[in-house]
Amino acid sequence: MIRIEPRTSPPAFLRVLVPPFAALAALLLAAIPLAIAGADLTQAYRLMAEGVAGSVFAITETLARATPLILTGLAAAVAFRARLWNIGGEGQLYLGAMAAVAVGSGAIAAPVLLLVPLVMLAGALGGAFGMAVPTLLKTRLGVDEVVTTLLLNFVILLFVQLMLEGPMQDPMSMGWPQSLPLVDEATLPALVDRMRVHAGLVLGLVAAVAAAFVMTRTTWGVRLRAVGDNTAAARHAGIPVGRTLLSVGLVSGGLAGLAGAAEVAGLKGYLTADLSPGFGYAGIVVAMLAGLSPLGVVAAALFVAAVFVGADSMSRALGVSSYLADLIVAMSLLCVLVGGFVQRYRLVRTG
Amino acid sequence: MEVLDILIQANFWAAAVRIATPLVFGVLGALLCERAGVLNLGIEGIFTAGAMAGWMAVWLGAGLWGGVLVAALTGAGFGLLHGVLTVPLGLSQHVTGLAITLFATSLAYFTYRTALPDIATPPRIEPFRPLDVPILSDLPFIGAVLGQQTALTWLALVLVLVVWWMLNRTPLGLALRAVGDAPEAVDAQGLSVYGLRIGAVCAGSALMAVGGAFLTMSAFDAFFFEMVNGRGWICIALVIFASWQPGKALLGALLFGAFDAFQVRLQTEVGAVVPSQVFLMVPYVLSILALIIAARRADYPRALLQPWFKGQR
Repeated sequence: MIRIEPRTSPPAFLRVLVPPFAALAALLLAAIPLAIAGADLTQAYRLMAEGVAGSVFAITETLARATPLILTGLAAAVAFRARLWNIGGEGQLYLGAMAAVAVGSGAIAAPVLLLVPLVMLAGALGGAFGMAVPTLLKTRLGVDEVVTTLLLNFVILLFVQLMLEGPMQDPMSMGWPQSLPLVDEATLPALVDRMRVHAGLVLGLVAAVAAAFVMTRTTWGVRLRAVGDNTAAARHAGIPVGRTLLSVGLVSGGLAGLAGAAEVAGLKGYLTADLSPGFGYAGIVVAMLAGLSPLGVVAAALFVAAVFVGADSMSRALGVSSYLADLIVAMSLLCVLVGGFVQRYRLVRTG
Repeated sequence: MEVLDILIQANFWAAAVRIATPLVFGVLGALLCERAGVLNLGIEGIFTAGAMAGWMAVWLGAGLWGGVLVAALTGAGFGLLHGVLTVPLGLSQHVTGLAITLFATSLAYFTYRTALPDIATPPRIEPFRPLDVPILSDLPFIGAVLGQQTALTWLALVLVLVVWWMLNRTPLGLALRAVGDAPEAVDAQGLSVYGLRIGAVCAGSALMAVGGAFLTMSAFDAFFFEMVNGRGWICIALVIFASWQPGKALLGALLFGAFDAFQVRLQTEVGAVVPSQVFLMVPYVLSILALIIAARRADYPRALLQPWFKGQR
């Protein structure tokens, strides 16, 4: 008989090794769909690597793609750590982007140093509002937040389309559903000349460091982790669970909203309904790959961004469906989940 | 047009039943999983995979029922994966389910694109035709409502009865319900907790996939990207609304179908004044409202989300 037994203390080397091995395993598993699609494997992997890091352009593209993923990854990591299942990052990202456009497209005239922070603040508030509703429904009425956040993603995306065909539509867009462009003073500067990577990346890195600090070194962080580890015990210890969850929800939604604001202000310049190719959902994968650690989120976001950018450029060259990238990302999540099991349990032979 | 005029139209109710059908499959599937103690958030992806696999099987010449079988097996396969990861390995049901959704969806899309690389308009199949049931079809009104439905809708209705009977009138159902409430008691009886739970998740996932196949083989006749569009998540909300009861699940799905069919009618009436997105939001908002209403009295299976390991207290 083989029995499953929890490890008393998971060895540190496993904690560090599991995510990279899961990522590697997913990349290797990608050989199966690649072979089925009839691609030359060595060529495919070489093209992927070149697409990620083969040139300055490739590297900046990967960094640009990682920027929103760091922020949505943090949004998921912070919430999941408190066992608040925020699956609504996608919707909150769009609310943040809408708020950013509302503030930054000419409504307020201000110098760069004032307007950019205002636009980012608006984005964070927009996203925070988006998560406040399901969090309050959870803490006040006991409504499961998983399903409400998932469903709200659809509601919010439809609302964005409504606004882009109505009140927020750029009158100069010839009927295209897109918003007014942000004014120059509201735009995040590029980090490398003529490349798409922008100051949002710095914002993401600062947010990651701040989140790491707050979660490990402050009372709020202790409360958040206590609620996540054992809600009943936390309540018993006098921690205001409802208020803690609400603040976690606001921070988590705010981070996702920041992702939307940064995409609009750093990359696109205006809002369309296809701003995000699923950054909110991918953020969940990023958070899990990172083991919910804020600094790990940066590494995980770089990996997921690399998969998207690398598989995209390989797909274009070889004519393999670009859904391969989503497939690799999904498989890496499955692999890291299995890795998490290896980390926490061991198999014991009995009898 | 008056509201009442809409409500007495057979066509309206026929549409409501049609909209409800995939949800009935999905809710029954989710209900089976959750009654056994396993939340299956893979549902959205399993719907998509079932829709694609069923359609593709028919397109490749497997015949309509062959397509349904392929869809069910595809669903059961993803269910097996979810079951193995969440039951004996005891991984987070939330995250594993989302992983299954991402995996099943991307696999379905990748397979479709790889099989049909340069297709502009999705190829069509000959879908299920309305089933002419003797006697029933001749009844006034009911005949007009049910006479428009295909065999898959009838299958869904029969399955409501079967699942109810299985859960409430058979030893298997008793064991299944017990494994979702008190797995240690089931283990003490000498039954396999792992076997029951994995089996329930496989069966439930097969039903979800057939719900997806209804979309491509009965409601429409082709596969489109993003055609599932949150139906899986709506089912997860409806299970709670239905208090995990098959009969109430049917009622909830029909109520939902009626509301959705109603907003489609309303759209043709006042579509010029109200933006179409408002109507498209209705199903999701309705589901959230249903959740809020149900939250107070929700009586979750007691061991839902709780991993259980053999030989461990």
